[in-house]
Amino acid sequence: MQGYIERTIASLIAASERAAIAEQVAFSEGALQRVDPRVKVAGLFSLIIVVAASRRLGVIAVLFLVAAVLAAASHVRMRRLAGWVWLPVLFFTGAIALPAIFLTPGRPAAIFATEQGLRAAAFLIGRAETASTLSALLVLTTPWPWVLKALRIFRCPMIVVAILGMTYRYIFVILQTALEVFEARQSRTVGVLPPSERRRLASSAAGVLLSKSVHMSGEVHQAMRSRGFRGEIHLLEDFHARTADWCWLAGFGLVVAAAFWYGR
Amino acid sequence: MKRAFNTQMVPLLSVFAAFSFIIMMFNLPLPGGTTGHAVGVGIATIVLGPWASILGISIALIIQAVFFGDGGITAIGANCFNMAIVGSLATYAIYRGLAGRSAITSARRVVAAGVAGYVAINLAALAAAIEFGIQPLLYHDASGAPLYAPYPLRIAIPAMMIGHLTIAGLAEMVVSAGVVAYLQKSEPGLLKRTAPGAVEDRPAVGSLRHLWFALAVLLILTPLGILATGSAWGESPPSPMPRGLKALSSFWTAPMPGYAPPFLKSPAFGYLLSAMTGTGLILLLILLAGWMFRGRTRG
Repeated sequence: MQGYIERTIASLIAASERAAIAEQVAFSEGALQRVDPRVKVAGLFSLIIVVAASRRLGVIAVLFLVAAVLAAASHVRMRRLAGWVWLPVLFFTGAIALPAIFLTPGRPAAIFATEQGLRAAAFLIGRAETASTLSALLVLTTPWPWVLKALRIFRCPMIVVAILGMTYRYIFVILQTALEVFEARQSRTVGVLPPSERRRLASSAAGVLLSKSVHMSGEVHQAMRSRGFRGEIHLLEDFHARTADWCWLAGFGLVVAAAFWYGR
Repeated sequence: MKRAFNTQMVPLLSVFAAFSFIIMMFNLPLPGGTTGHAVGVGIATIVLGPWASILGISIALIIQAVFFGDGGITAIGANCFNMAIVGSLATYAIYRGLAGRSAITSARRVVAAGVAGYVAINLAALAAAIEFGIQPLLYHDASGAPLYAPYPLRIAIPAMMIGHLTIAGLAEMVVSAGVVAYLQKSEPGLLKRTAPGAVEDRPAVGSLRHLWFALAVLLILTPLGILATGSAWGESPPSPMPRGLKALSSFWTAPMPGYAPPFLKSPAFGYLLSAMTGTGLILLLILLAGWMFRGRTRG
């Protein structure tokens, strides 16, 4: 059986690998990758909202198909999408939805299941799968700094955009530190740690990370000040919408309007 | 929000949000053999204060939902309300209430942090359970099938609370109490933001002074026993004395028999002198042992 330290290291590595692959896919030459990030953010967020608002299962199923087609056109492998999104969401949401099939009062369907229970479970899983696929598409086809810049079209305050960008960057710095902490401990550990020692290790690792984070923020602040940061944030908004981007925007608008109309 | 920010808050919040994100990935071993994830809201509030913690945890949750697809984009608002707002404010109120004005390095702060983390995460879970539980009442189709969360309050509340009272709450408690205990030893300065009015840590000399005083009082009170009538049970020699014991009684003669040195007439003063001599001898022995132990460690 894998030890506690090995499992923690594996999960930390998996997170950084996933981010690296997402970045790689985001820079490839797929259909959605060519679209202006502002159009993509607006279009995909609108689709997610329509999925959440829809009261018809058929509409949710069609939007799921649209998301899958967009993924295929954007060089996002179906196997990767299944491993990262579809199966985890199915297991997690499925575990929540399964009892609802039997517990929701309504007309009997099969065995102890009710029609209303089956519909409730289908709504829950369908919504979660479709919305997760659409949000995964945004991240897999757009580099994170562009997603953040595009958030400005929603009048997201610049300071929030800047903090989100810095947070994303420092996640990987702290992730690397956490990895080093656990690897250092792993190289000095023989045998299996008792539970109390594992708890102590997790707490002290969190403490070390916290302490390092606070010191790092001080250093980053000094670095920012020395480069002229006085509290004002300026973003280089250099997106230029082309004719193709306006076509995509019209396409997104059409699908959103149709889904909204039929899903009422 | 702009007013609340100064230039230092931008990197501090960013780095702290990144820290909270990583903490959410830690798989914590819990009593009973299971594991759980903490949110980190307890320790974030204790170190940053409630308002900065609300922002930091919210940013971590937004990145988790948008970039890592964990939590759902349309649920960001609810997640931020439950974990960041309810969690941070509850932690702050409970931690400040329980820790009081205790010293930064006191064990009371560790307990307060653990309890605050545990209760805060359970209150956040309760808020989420109520949000789930009212959805079937508000949103259902014509056939009565729930459109969103399918369980009523009587199912949603126990389902959420059982998991949080037993596993997730413990995870938050372990992280909050464990990190506070760690910081007390390594960087107590980080705990000062949410500990205004905390009493200064007393130096070791101060606590020893109290001990010396208590020892002196006890020494002065030693003759109290002779005011009582009768004798202490089991202290007097048995009568008649067994022959073997009688033969051994002359083997060693104490220099101050019966706590009454022969050259003193006052029994009370004899008791006092005996107590002082005994205490002095014990201290001498401890000093000698300490000196020998130090010498061996150095060697």
